[in-house]
Amino acid sequence: MSEARAEIMARLRAALRDVPPDETIEDVPVARDYHRDGTGAGPAQLRDLLAERVADYRATVHRCAADDLAGTVGTILAEHRTSTLLVPHDLPEDWHAGYPGTIYRDSANFPYPLATLDATDTVLTGCAVAIAATGTLVLDAGMAQGRRAISLVPDHHVCVVGADQVVGTVPEALARLDPVRPLTFVAGPSATSDIEFDRVEGVHGPRHLDVVLLS
Amino acid sequence: MSVAPQGRRLLPVLPHGSGHLAPPQPFPQRARAAVADPQLRANIRRATRTIRDKRAAAVSEVDDWEQLREAGRTIKRRVARHLPELLERFERAATAAGATVHWARDAAEANRIVTDLVRATGSDEVVKVKSMVTQEIELNDALARAGITASETDLAELIVQLDDGEQSHILVPAIHYNRAEIREIFRREMADAPADLTDDPAVLAEAARRHLRRKFLSTRVAISGANFAVADTGSLVVLESEGNGRMCLTLPETLISVVGIEKLVPSFADLEVFLQLLPRSSTAERMNPYTSVWTGSVPGDGPSDVHIVLLDNGRSATLADTVGRQALACIRCSACLNVCPVYERTGGIAYGSVYPGPIGAIISPQLTGIAANKSLPYASSLCGACYEVCPVKIDIPEVLVHLRQSGVDGARDRPSAERTAMRTLSWVMSDQRRYENALRAARISTGPVAALTGRGRRRRPGGPAGSLAHLPWPLSAWTTSRDAPLPARQSFRDWWRARDDRPGRSAAPDPGTPAGPPDPGTPAGPPDPGTPAGPPDPGTPAGPPDPGTPAGPAALGSSAGPAGSGSGRPAPSEEHADE
Repeated sequence: MSEARAEIMARLRAALRDVPPDETIEDVPVARDYHRDGTGAGPAQLRDLLAERVADYRATVHRCAADDLAGTVGTILAEHRTSTLLVPHDLPEDWHAGYPGTIYRDSANFPYPLATLDATDTVLTGCAVAIAATGTLVLDAGMAQGRRAISLVPDHHVCVVGADQVVGTVPEALARLDPVRPLTFVAGPSATSDIEFDRVEGVHGPRHLDVVLLS
Repeated sequence: MSVAPQGRRLLPVLPHGSGHLAPPQPFPQRARAAVADPQLRANIRRATRTIRDKRAAAVSEVDDWEQLREAGRTIKRRVARHLPELLERFERAATAAGATVHWARDAAEANRIVTDLVRATGSDEVVKVKSMVTQEIELNDALARAGITASETDLAELIVQLDDGEQSHILVPAIHYNRAEIREIFRREMADAPADLTDDPAVLAEAARRHLRRKFLSTRVAISGANFAVADTGSLVVLESEGNGRMCLTLPETLISVVGIEKLVPSFADLEVFLQLLPRSSTAERMNPYTSVWTGSVPGDGPSDVHIVLLDNGRSATLADTVGRQALACIRCSACLNVCPVYERTGGIAYGSVYPGPIGAIISPQLTGIAANKSLPYASSLCGACYEVCPVKIDIPEVLVHLRQSGVDGARDRPSAERTAMRTLSWVMSDQRRYENALRAARISTGPVAALTGRGRRRRPGGPAGSLAHLPWPLSAWTTSRDAPLPARQSFRDWWRARDDRPGRSAAPDPGTPAGPPDPGTPAGPPDPGTPAGPPDPGTPAGPPDPGTPAGPAALGSSAGPAGSGSGRPAPSEEHADE
């Protein structure tokens, strides 16, 4: 194994004989004149753009004040006829106060088996950051998000986006994230373009995505 | 240019790669079957045209696209020039995060490592995320030989696997099948396909979901590639759409990722460029539905046993070529395939490599060495559309020409029919009289053929009229995959001279030009617009205009010929307009 490593390194160094030995990585200039600092849009405009772009992916967008979160979640779950709801262990209880059915609280220490996740109707989580320009939610397994499997296996995902979690661009989002946490970027429900390059929603991940955008 | 000869003996050997990279027969031979299959061409044309328009729209939405391309190019340049250091950084960070890093010099070594890792788990079944690099090293075959069943979980890969077929596109390996064909494959090969399966893409996707669900929930080992590997953090990144990737990356206990050494980016922040460039270039979306980033293993979340196999397989040899190394910047978006006129007509299977299309025509011969892959650098019209759409600005035409030159240099001392023919042609074309006489001779000698074939034999539906499908040897090499146009019935110059209605110019022949016998089959009138341009078409002479001929719109329009000639010939069909 280490023999292979040594040989590959020797090959690479031989292949790069045109690179001066004193050149460092930082000596190779990288052009960074693309937009890094966002669009200059205010928080309300960013939320509007996010709502529009998320809806473009055929996710359903709901907008409400933080006070109305429980009622909005309750309505979504009722419309979806959810009878079992999965939530991460640290999801605030008042988020689902409007839901009368069975609730599974999943945690890393006491994880539900995959069969239970598969039999669950809906999962409710928060997110780490949302990107307006691309209509993307990012989950980082942090507060109110849980492990990756819970937002994947159930067929219906309800994701709550806080008013202060919306940024304009991809660079702004990455600047907020911790790279060594497990990250999942979600743009709409599961989809495929494999048949005649026609986009079809709904393959293996959640086929229904509801996004609750707080103001 | 490649390494200077005097330095060559100082180099250790830079071995080329192996695997599914070189066609067993030359490209033109393989292309023949594809070009003759109207269903295949229709499927590919439809799909590529759909995605081409969508991509243009997705790109036009971003007002800093050119800046992003330049950033992508320069980041990848940084990576190429400092790959050893970045690989060491990556290995250190990934190991610290709990992953085990392996190194593979070639396909066989990578397959051995992965097979041993799967065996060590005691499992004889793996699920796979779509991955070009595992197709490159033909991992599934190696696992099968070891008694391990590998299930592809990407819908397109599943279709190809069920049909026991070959991949034909980087992003959509099943692009050459239409919905009706996919339905038939599912009905034939998928035991649990519903009886009432229709060819609605949503119904087909649902069938695939049911078919794979049990596998996702029960299989203990997964194999993936990676779109990017972050040197500073040891993170791997996979972009996908269906959620099959998330299933494989998250649910099994053991995850083995095979990663080409060129996949590195220096820092996590560099992903901000590629996460914008890749989705819009490949699927024409603002963002693909799912992107996963993971770093080593995380207790209680995802696989506990994480392995990364770093693969060379000809990449270091590619890096040694300072012109060709830019191919290693490829992020496998497939935009160049979707705009390529050659790919649109032949599909991907003709290339005989998992990397088809323009990028495949430069990557595959560099990975294998040009000697093993001589025909692919010629599988291009050099039109430059691939360079225009490349999100990291790989100058594919430049590398194609460079590789052709390398191939020619390798054979420079041997006599070649092509070189002899080109020398003769050069002698003919360097003199106006010789050139015009040659054109007349060509027209006269092919006159009987033109008369016999009428509008020319149609090689295939929609093929060009006035052309021949087969020329005698040695010109048959040209017609293997092309139609040879017959010379125009009248040259532009002859037509011009024959005009008598222009003030200040008579119909008398130019005294400097010997009068040839009149062409009996040539009606008076402008050259036929239905005749495709091509050698030895005299309608497009390069060089200064005839002395005495005033420059004007007519001269400028010579290549197209006046419109509305009234010849009764059909206009060139869209099909062969640019062939």
